[in-house]
Amino acid sequence: MGISWQAIYVLWLREMKGMWRAKSRVIGSLGMPMFFLAFLGLGFGGASIPGMPAGLQYIEYLTPGIIGMSMLFSSVFAGISVLWDKEFGFLKEVMVAPVSRLSLVLGRTAGGSTVALMQGIMVLFLSTLLGFKIAGVVPVIVALLFMCLISVTFVGLGLVFASVMRDMHGFPLIMNFVVFPTFLLSGALFPIGALPSWLIPVCYLDPLTYGVDGLRGVLLGAGASDFSILLNFMVISAISIGMVSVGSFLFERTEVER
Amino acid sequence: MDAIEVNDLTKRFNSKDSVAAVDHLSFRVAEGEIFGLLGPNGAGKTTLIKILTTLLKPTSGMATVAGFDVRREKNRVRESIGIVFQEPALDWRLTGRENLDFHARMYGITRGEREKRIEEALKLVELEDKADIMTDKYSSGMKRRLEIARGFIHDPKVLFLDEPTLGLDTQTRRRIWDYIKDVNARERVTIVLTTHQMDEADYLCDRVGIMDHGKIIALDTPRNLKDLISSDLVSLELNMEGSSNDVEVFKSLDFVTEFREHNGFVTLKMERADLRIPAIMEVAKRAGIEILSVNLRKPSLEDVFLHFTGRRIRE
Ligand SMILES: Nc1ncnc2c1ncn2[C@@H]1O[C@H](COP(=O)(O)OP(=O)(O)O)[C@@H](O)[C@H]1O
Ligand SMILES: [Mg+2]
Repeated sequence: MGISWQAIYVLWLREMKGMWRAKSRVIGSLGMPMFFLAFLGLGFGGASIPGMPAGLQYIEYLTPGIIGMSMLFSSVFAGISVLWDKEFGFLKEVMVAPVSRLSLVLGRTAGGSTVALMQGIMVLFLSTLLGFKIAGVVPVIVALLFMCLISVTFVGLGLVFASVMRDMHGFPLIMNFVVFPTFLLSGALFPIGALPSWLIPVCYLDPLTYGVDGLRGVLLGAGASDFSILLNFMVISAISIGMVSVGSFLFERTEVER
Repeated sequence: MDAIEVNDLTKRFNSKDSVAAVDHLSFRVAEGEIFGLLGPNGAGKTTLIKILTTLLKPTSGMATVAGFDVRREKNRVRESIGIVFQEPALDWRLTGRENLDFHARMYGITRGEREKRIEEALKLVELEDKADIMTDKYSSGMKRRLEIARGFIHDPKVLFLDEPTLGLDTQTRRRIWDYIKDVNARERVTIVLTTHQMDEADYLCDRVGIMDHGKIIALDTPRNLKDLISSDLVSLELNMEGSSNDVEVFKSLDFVTEFREHNGFVTLKMERADLRIPAIMEVAKRAGIEILSVNLRKPSLEDVFLHFTGRRIRE
């Protein structure tokens, strides 16, 4: 069964309308990343942080990490919010529609990713008020590409969780034991090299590591990243495709019991 | 071809469960029919509807809708059906019109056609002037009307309605009944509805399957079902605190063909009940049974249910 563009579009459109009608929530969710940027950026501005690339201000190092963080949170939330549709009954309306489950997952991913992307862009531009310097148009465009991949990956992860969870009760568990560790192990706040060596392989399993490292390479210059931009790009692309595939596989088998 | 064919269909939610929610069901629904599933809460009506609409997998058995297998041809089934769920399934962040537009696009209806059909559907359910407000501001009756409009906007061959008037006031129920008849008459859509209200099944349905514990225990036209109980029914409400409750005495009356007792009521079946009431009162008085009220009536589907199960539908 093929892809229905019309279905993807209307699922995306629904998400956009929902976002527009909950503007204050979208703006409100910028609060945490901005506080992180402001306080960590100012607080550690003068500190020497082990393993940080030479010649970088901490705020420069931190900004790609906080962009990644805000997109991680809003993407996982967007994916898991399928459970709200379940709660409000709307999921049944979506599930009886004569379109492939892949189209449903792609539509949902498109909507959630757009919301996350907008937040990422807002964080990027707000960070300039705190001293982050944008190097030009091309880096921003390539950064947007990375940001898309980050959000697709984590909306996909959210969808995977949603398809195996009954309701929202497990959400705090996922926030505390999946989302926060993903954030903290990604090198968003400090270089991975500063962690004990037994933890480092775990960091390399974290998809966000490649997203944040890629953003650093793109926004701050190749010297600022651990891996090459190309490697980061390939790894996060592969993960995002994998997530969407697993999500639609699980959706194919989903039954709507309530 | 039948609109629906169900063969030995079974659903167990839990493999350890001894009881099945849907238990070896078999029946057919003809094209253009309004078919009702009447049964108490927990009878398995919603579960059956969910299997027929591809939302649940059956444990065993087979079912086709519009000629397509609900297991193997899910997408063809989905293209052929419309459904109004028991609980509202609207997006409250969208207006009524936007909900319909979402639906029409999901079903691949082209732009011009979409606008025309949305307008028509809104008109039929009399929601034109409320179309552009958010559905979280709708009353439950308005939500149900919007969902009925949504159910047939894409021209389904079979429309499923799970308890379409549950929790609505009498006036709204009447209107919804009219829409259902209207849709069935104009488009020749086959309609399958579930209900636990006898008057609804009686008024709307060409044929009714009476469902209990996952099984259909009787299936016929409402007329024929009621004819199963050709006699009149007399219900007596007894004072349970009264001096005697020896209800067995009613059995001794030779014109009583059937006797049932439940929750302080006694139901007696007989011919020409109008002529028998004095004799019944006499017997009660002699036995010291205090009668609070007497109700004489022609059999309803409720009595048919009682006849087959020994219970009332609402309990
Ligand atoms: N998701 C579920 N998990 C376990 N049991 C269920 C589930 N849904 C329904 N049941 C059980 O199946 C039976 C039939 O329920 P249902 O189909 O909702 O009946 P009805 O719609 O006729 O009221 C009930 O005993 C109910 O408790
Ligand atoms: Mg039900």
